[in-house]
Amino acid sequence: MKQLFDLAGVFGYISLLTVGGGMAAFPELKNLTVDTYHWVTFSELMHYYSLGQLAPGPNMMMVASIGAQVAGLPGAAVVLVAFILPTGLFTFGIGRLWNHLDKWPWRASVQRGLGAVAVGLVAAGAIVLARGALNDWLTVVLAIAVFALLMRTKINPAIPIVGSGLIGLILYWAQLH
Amino acid sequence: MKARTAVPPAAKVPLAPPPTLWRLFLGFFIMGGTSLGGGVIAYLRTGLVTHYRWLDDETFVELMAISQSLPGLNATNMSILAGDRLRGWPGALLGALGMCLPGASLMTAAAFAVGVGGDDPISKAFLHAIAAGAVGLVTVVGVQLGAKMLYEIADYVFVAITVVLVAFLHVPVLYTLIGVGAVAIWWHRPRKTGPRDIKAPPHEDPLV
Repeated sequence: MKQLFDLAGVFGYISLLTVGGGMAAFPELKNLTVDTYHWVTFSELMHYYSLGQLAPGPNMMMVASIGAQVAGLPGAAVVLVAFILPTGLFTFGIGRLWNHLDKWPWRASVQRGLGAVAVGLVAAGAIVLARGALNDWLTVVLAIAVFALLMRTKINPAIPIVGSGLIGLILYWAQLH
Repeated sequence: MKARTAVPPAAKVPLAPPPTLWRLFLGFFIMGGTSLGGGVIAYLRTGLVTHYRWLDDETFVELMAISQSLPGLNATNMSILAGDRLRGWPGALLGALGMCLPGASLMTAAAFAVGVGGDDPISKAFLHAIAAGAVGLVTVVGVQLGAKMLYEIADYVFVAITVVLVAFLHVPVLYTLIGVGAVAIWWHRPRKTGPRDIKAPPHEDPLV
């Protein structure tokens, strides 16, 4: 039971940090789920995160995986509600207030100021993920190749990511033989 | 049917009447289940504006600006705002639920599958390689977000400070968000009379 409360607290808190996208919260997600609570290992977290990029819908539905690994289906449910409800209610309220905020001179200031911080948080998240995920020449090459491909084409991101996985499988198979 | 009278007669393509709650849930569930590979916002636009004609493009862009400047996932925020416009709070609830359910169920199932095969070297080889690919994807997302959000040298300084604090000095994200965010908002504070106003770039609303 205490575990469910801990899950709710951690994911409720993390949801507040997802300014500019789920990646902004990744460093904190790693701190809490890996280093503080030991719910998952860093490599499990990375694997769930990457699988989450392949799943449909919002890209952070991987939080459900952590909840499920810790406490089964109730864990997944608690994590999802904690992750979606607080910011959801906030968005709902602001959505209704928005027309009034239109005339508020600070609105553009908030958007521009938080925009810069959001870019920094996403970059920091990418660095934390890269530290764990890039540890030999193959992974570095794959990351650069996916980056270059997605910058230059409008291909669905799922394709090069699955492609990376297949290359990993082929090279593993080649090593064995 | 208030929405119908709100559409001016000159509108090119008339909006469809607001869907029933069940149709709304189904629509978001389908969009949530087919938006593979991220970029959910593009799928939402195709669905809401082009396919179902529940929203016009101006409304969609307006809701997107709100979604992006608030905490929470963009796609979830969009579903809440669009659902609310269409059917009030039950619409917001069902929209978000429909959007999140497919991915969340799959990821829950993945936890059980990975839990079984977690130490299997073959799945490790696969998962480790897709994690490397994900680094490439996340970097692209960061670059694209930066192209949209950063206008002047000061913005790049805020980015650099945020990166150093979070990724290298391990300052909690919350303190960084509040601290650097407050300074950055203050830097971009409304200036009606100062000389900066004259030179201000034509990006009053960077998100639209």
